[in-house]
Amino acid sequence: MSRRRPAAALALATGLLFGPAALAVEPDEMLKDPRLEARAETISKTLRCVVCQNENIDDSGAPLAADMRRLVRERVVAGDTDDQVRAYLVARYGNFVLLKPPLQPDTWLLWFGPAAVLLVAAAGFSAAYLRRRPAAEAPAPLSTDERRRLDALLADTPPGNTP
Amino acid sequence: MKRYLPLIPVVLFAVFAAAMYFGLKNDPRALPSVVVNKPMPEFSLAPVLPGQPGLAKADLVGRVSLVNVFGSWCGVCVEEHPTLLDLSARKAVAIYGVDWKDTPAEGAAWLNQRGNPFTRVGSDQAGRLALDLGVSGAPETFVVDKHGQVRFKQVGAITPDVWRDTLGPLVAKLEGEP
Repeated sequence: MSRRRPAAALALATGLLFGPAALAVEPDEMLKDPRLEARAETISKTLRCVVCQNENIDDSGAPLAADMRRLVRERVVAGDTDDQVRAYLVARYGNFVLLKPPLQPDTWLLWFGPAAVLLVAAAGFSAAYLRRRPAAEAPAPLSTDERRRLDALLADTPPGNTP
Repeated sequence: MKRYLPLIPVVLFAVFAAAMYFGLKNDPRALPSVVVNKPMPEFSLAPVLPGQPGLAKADLVGRVSLVNVFGSWCGVCVEEHPTLLDLSARKAVAIYGVDWKDTPAEGAAWLNQRGNPFTRVGSDQAGRLALDLGVSGAPETFVVDKHGQVRFKQVGAITPDVWRDTLGPLVAKLEGEP
């Protein structure tokens, strides 16, 4: 980016920051009842835009996201609960449409995998640590028997005859 | 045994790296479809071509068919079109068109310009049928059996290879079902 065009850079940054969000929910999509509209927005934020994949449909400017937002509002007006609206879309697009994956057997690895790896690593480190500890401790004192043998050996060695 | 212990992290890393390497080859757009093995949703679409009928679920029952989601705005559909025209000319399978998020006028002009491979074409301008089918982009093609059950979803263009290796054998198999 050239130094002569800070205004252009600023405009681009502003556009990137606020542009898509400003474009996303069109005024004519919004519901008249602010309570229902707020619910629709909350639900929309938990749903993935299947075209842009890492955006929720409330933020996305994709035409398909707009269709999905309209569908969410249609279901909200029809009296669905938040979970029913989500279930309606999951029945058509699968769990992929949920930004937060549900907790079920085939997602256990996803939810608990990192914690399991941490636990295994912690167990491995503790095992290695505990195994090393006894070596660092002072040796056990000699038994009476050992002491007698040692004294005998020392007594056998003639004085001044060390190599 | 103890001698090999230091190799464990190396082996773990190799397994992880292999998983990542093969993961790179996965197409993030090829999503598992949940509409497969479910009945086609109820729908009734307005015509695209003037003077011709639209498309409804009842039209699909009784024979194996392809339901092709396209649009005049869709670039890949242009690439796919010759294959559909060829299949239609050979009477390989009945192909129905869903003109998605498009005005009927633009859809009709597109078909008039490039030829019409469809037995019937319906306009899904509002995108409602596409939502019910879990469509995420065009073209997508659904293989529907004689009972109106979706049996397969093809994401992306049908090429001669896709027909020969995947859709053709599947259609032949479904034709054989009661």
